[in-house]
This record gives sequence, structure tokens and C-alpha cells, in this order.
Amino acid sequence: MSRSFVVRAGAYSVRAGRRTLAVSFALLLAALGLAVLGLSLGGSWSSPQEVLSALAGHGDAVVVVREWRLPRVAAALVFGAALGLAGAIFQNLTRNALGSPDIVGLDAGSYTGALFAITVLGGTSAQLAVSSIAGGLLTAGAVYALSLRSGLSGLRLIVVGIAANAMLTALNSWIVLRAELDVALAATGWSAGSLNGIDWDELTLPFIVITALALLLVTLSHGMHQSALGDEVALASGVRLNRLRLLLVLAGVGCTATVTAVAGPIVFVSLAAPQIGRLLTGAAGVALVPAALSGAVLLLAADLTAQLLLAPVALPVGVVTTVIGGCYLIGLLVRRTWRNGRG
Amino acid sequence: MLVASVLLLFVVVVASVCVGAQAIAPAEVWRALTGAAGGDEYLIVREVRLPRTVLGVCVGAALGTAGTLVQTLTRNPLAEPGILGVSAGAGFAINLGGLLGLAGGQAAQLALAFLGAVLAAVLVYALGSASPLQLVLTGVALSAVLSGISLGLRLMLPDVFDRYRFWSIGSLAGHEQVPLALPAATIAVALVCAAAVTRPLNALVLGDEVAQALGGHVLRTRLSVLVLVTLLAGAATAAAGPIAFLGLMVPHLARRSAGGSIPWLMAYTMVLGPVLLLASDIGARVLLPTGEVPVAVVTAFVGAPVLIWAVRRRGAVSP
Repeated sequence: MSRSFVVRAGAYSVRAGRRTLAVSFALLLAALGLAVLGLSLGGSWSSPQEVLSALAGHGDAVVVVREWRLPRVAAALVFGAALGLAGAIFQNLTRNALGSPDIVGLDAGSYTGALFAITVLGGTSAQLAVSSIAGGLLTAGAVYALSLRSGLSGLRLIVVGIAANAMLTALNSWIVLRAELDVALAATGWSAGSLNGIDWDELTLPFIVITALALLLVTLSHGMHQSALGDEVALASGVRLNRLRLLLVLAGVGCTATVTAVAGPIVFVSLAAPQIGRLLTGAAGVALVPAALSGAVLLLAADLTAQLLLAPVALPVGVVTTVIGGCYLIGLLVRRTWRNGRG
Repeated sequence: MLVASVLLLFVVVVASVCVGAQAIAPAEVWRALTGAAGGDEYLIVREVRLPRTVLGVCVGAALGTAGTLVQTLTRNPLAEPGILGVSAGAGFAINLGGLLGLAGGQAAQLALAFLGAVLAAVLVYALGSASPLQLVLTGVALSAVLSGISLGLRLMLPDVFDRYRFWSIGSLAGHEQVPLALPAATIAVALVCAAAVTRPLNALVLGDEVAQALGGHVLRTRLSVLVLVTLLAGAATAAAGPIAFLGLMVPHLARRSAGGSIPWLMAYTMVLGPVLLLASDIGARVLLPTGEVPVAVVTAFVGAPVLIWAVRRRGAVSP
């Protein structure tokens, strides 16, 4: 029996292994379950029936569910998927498990921008968003320009990125060191990444941007997987490598910057989600769909935990993503070691 | 080349004792060292500059060597000692100590940091010893877990945060009065062992099978390298705070002179590490008129452009 399926739609066809399909489906179910849980949780508990009827527009909980909880759950799902995609892109591009947007200095640059907004400007949320995006994009642009030299090599990009990241991180901790304690605390709070108090007004534009980038990725994914097999294979099959890499970097940077502008840097999802997806599917490359789904589940689960852990104090979700994602990654690695040891 | 590097180290050491807020002529330094001079110069040289220089040499050599060992072992040119959870473990221990009210004095902080670094690294090896890639991933994952919990602690406890932010950016300043004999001795012993482990490591670079065929003990070599990295990076981080990037940077520079031989690479690393750190520390003292810059800021701002230039000029070198 065939172990993979081919789905055709017009000129595009997608080939997916059965295990990948099963894992993706399971992740989707997990995301749905967590979403219902997220809509039920809050200052007061609503039963799943109440949630469903509130979504349809009936009952007492309509405002709470649709205006307060839904944006947060949706943001966690979409942002998580975006971060997972960004991570998958960078890990494919650099062919390195450590390749993630944080490594090319994007997070550190955003933080520098935000620190500028907080310490110099006054730190309104609009200033924070603009400064952090500008900081992140400037850094990414500089890293990209510095790593171009008769074509873009993945490893060169990563080394230049690490260098830029190290400079900015040092600069950031120095600014925090010199600042007053309460300013330093506020800045550190932003750097943790948080979905607290998010609403629809803030989400419309980011959702449109992320959807557009995801569509762009659909058209690029074939070339991306070809180039993962090696530059020669990719060139032989007609992939224009430099254009492909530029577009991929743009998509990855765009996803991360969009999320950072709204929620602050939510670390570790980009690094962990592709690895988790890869370990679950057992696939050789870093596939986009499992990475996106893993990211969505990871961020939503983390956000729920952040709300519950020390309730009524809501922790920044970034604190929890690092802890949960890290523990889960360790668990997967340990299980794999154990299995290999026996087999 | 190696002779030139050693000469450079000598120049930097002399400069490190002479240069500062108050410049002291080499002749004065000599008289202060031999005990002939009295007064301010004597105090500055004997009590501040000399310990600081010795600390710089130890920490620089330790971080550089740890970086070379990790990069060689994991065959990943991006690996650095911090990736094995050493800095995250040290930071976590300091935060936890702050929560429990233990991290009062500098000596307590030093002990906590070292303990945290060693425990984190041991945990990483225990979980990820199957393959080099797995080791790196486990280290990254555990670092994330520890730094996430630390960040949560800091956000809830402002006074822990206040103390941590001063530790969290590595500096050689203000560490002169700390009991440094133990970390320095640990580093010295570990450096000697690192020199001894270069030959089996040289075989291991060719692959596990080849190393075995050449009569090397693959597991024993790997384990001793990991123990050495922990001791070196742990002691250095405990003594001076996290100085990221030095462990990543020095092997990349040394590799260009060493030409593929691990023993030569190690020799260059042990000389270039202190040169880079001391030069940065001198810069840290005189760069800004307003006061000292933490040395970790300078290593990053000096080292990163050099690394970028090197990568652009010759392409990334794989270990």
C-alpha cells in the first residue's frame, strides 16, 4: 500500500506522508481542544456549551467570549503558527537546527528599538510597536546585506546574525543596567512577550499580513524543499536560488516582526516548533505545516498556562513558552535516546 | 605566528597593568611589583590592576578553550560554552539564591554561580549524550527552561532583578576582592588537561570509526572534553559573569592560524583568548569618559565586526 498521498489542485500538487498527515490532524485537534478550553477559562468558567452558543451569538457570555477571550485565543494560534513558520524557514535556509529568527538578531534588534522607545520616548504602545519593528527590520536588513557576497550562503547568514545578536544583546543589557530600576523592570517585562489584554483592533492588520506571508510561502515551499537537498539539485531542477532565499528571508522576518510588534518577542517558539514537528512526523526535512501547527499548539498551551499558573496574576506568555517548549523538547529528545538505546 | 601571538599577549598584559583611570608608567609598575615603591601606585598595581589582569588571563583562556573544545566535539561552528547550559544554569542559581536570600556576598554569588553552571551542564550531558546534535539541542532547551524560570522570578521580585542585572553582564571590574584563588586554580588545572586531551580529540575529529580504528577511546575522550568544558566555562562565568561571544569568537580566529591541527588550534586559543579579553578590558576602562563599560559589551562590539569581516573575507570555516 502506498505510504503517501498526493493532493492535486490545478497546477499545484502536495505530496504528504501518511504519518505527517496523521500528526497534522492530531495537532489540529489539539489546537481546537485548547481553543475551546481557552474560551471557557477566565475570571469565571463558562462551560463548552455556553462557549459555543456565545460564539453563535446567544447567551450571557457573548461579550466575554467573543470580544475578550476569542481575540487572545486567535492571537495565540495565529502568532504561534507564524513563529513556527519563521523558524522552519530559517532552519531550512541555514540547514542548521539552531537557525531561528532570534539568531539573526531580529529579537535583539526589536528589543533595542523597544528600549529606545521606553527610555527615550516615553513608551506608548504605538511607539513600542513602531520602534520594535524598525529595530528588528534594520537589524535584519543589516545582517542580510552583510552576509550577501556573490550569493547568500546559509552559514554566513547565521554567523553574521550571531555576531549582530551578540552586539545588540550586550548593548541591551547595558541599557537595562544603566536605567532606573522601574524603567528597567518595565523594559524587561516587555522583553518577555505577552498576550495580556489584546483585542481585535490590534489584530486585524497583523492577521492580514501573516495570511499574505503564509500564501507566499505556499508558492515557495516546493523550491524550498528542493534547495534543502543541496544547491546543485536545486539549480538543476530550475530553482532560482538567490531570489528564493531573498523571498524566504522576507517571509520569515515579516512573520517574526509582525508578532513582535503586537506581543513583544515571544522567544523559543520559532526554535522549538519546527524541531517538535520534525520529531513528531519523523520527516527528514523541516516541513512547514507541522511546524506551523506545532507553533500554534505550543503558544496557545503556553498562554493558557501563563494565565492559570499563578492566577490571578497573569505571567507573560514568553516566560512560559520557554519553559514548556524547552521541557517538551527535552522530553522528545530523551524518548528518542531511550528508543534508540533499546533498538 | 605563535611566537608573535605570545609577544602580543605580553604587551597586552603590561598594558593592562599600566592603563586605567590613572596611567602608571611601566617603570613605576616594576618598582611597585618588586616592593620598592610605596603609596598609591603600589596599592593600585598590587590590589587592583594585577588581580584584574590575572583574572582576565584566566577567564579569557578558559572561555576560549571551552569554546574550541565544544565546537570541535559537536562539529558545530556555532556552538559555544553557553549552549551547554552553563550561563543559564549560573544565572538561574543566582536568581534562585536571591529568592531564598542566599546570594548576599560576592563569595556566595560565586559559589552559587559555579554550582548552577556545573549542575546544568551535568543535566545536559545526562539527557543529550547520544549524539553531538542532540547535545546541542538539549543544551538549548534546558537553557531556555532555566532562563524562562529566572525571568519569571525576576519579574516578580524587583530586588532579585536589581542584583541580577549587575551580574548578568560580564565584567572584570569589581571582582578584584573576591576569593579568586579557587576559580583560578580550577581553570589552570583544566587548561593543562585540555592540552593533554588534544591528541585523542584530533583523532575524534576524523569520525568515531576512524578514532576507534586509531586506538582512541571515543567515549572516554568525549566525556573528558565535556567535563573540561564545564569546569572551564563554569569557573569563568562564576568569576566574571557571563561573557558571551568570546567562546564563539576565539576558535574562529585561532582556526585561521592553526591550519586544521587540533593541538595547534588549542595553543593559539589559549593565547588569543586572553589577548582578546584583556584588550577589551583595557578598552572598557578608557573608552568612555563617563566611566567604565562592562567588558562583555566591549568584547561583543570588538569581536563581532572582526567575526563578520572574517566570514565575509574567507567564508565560514568549518571545524
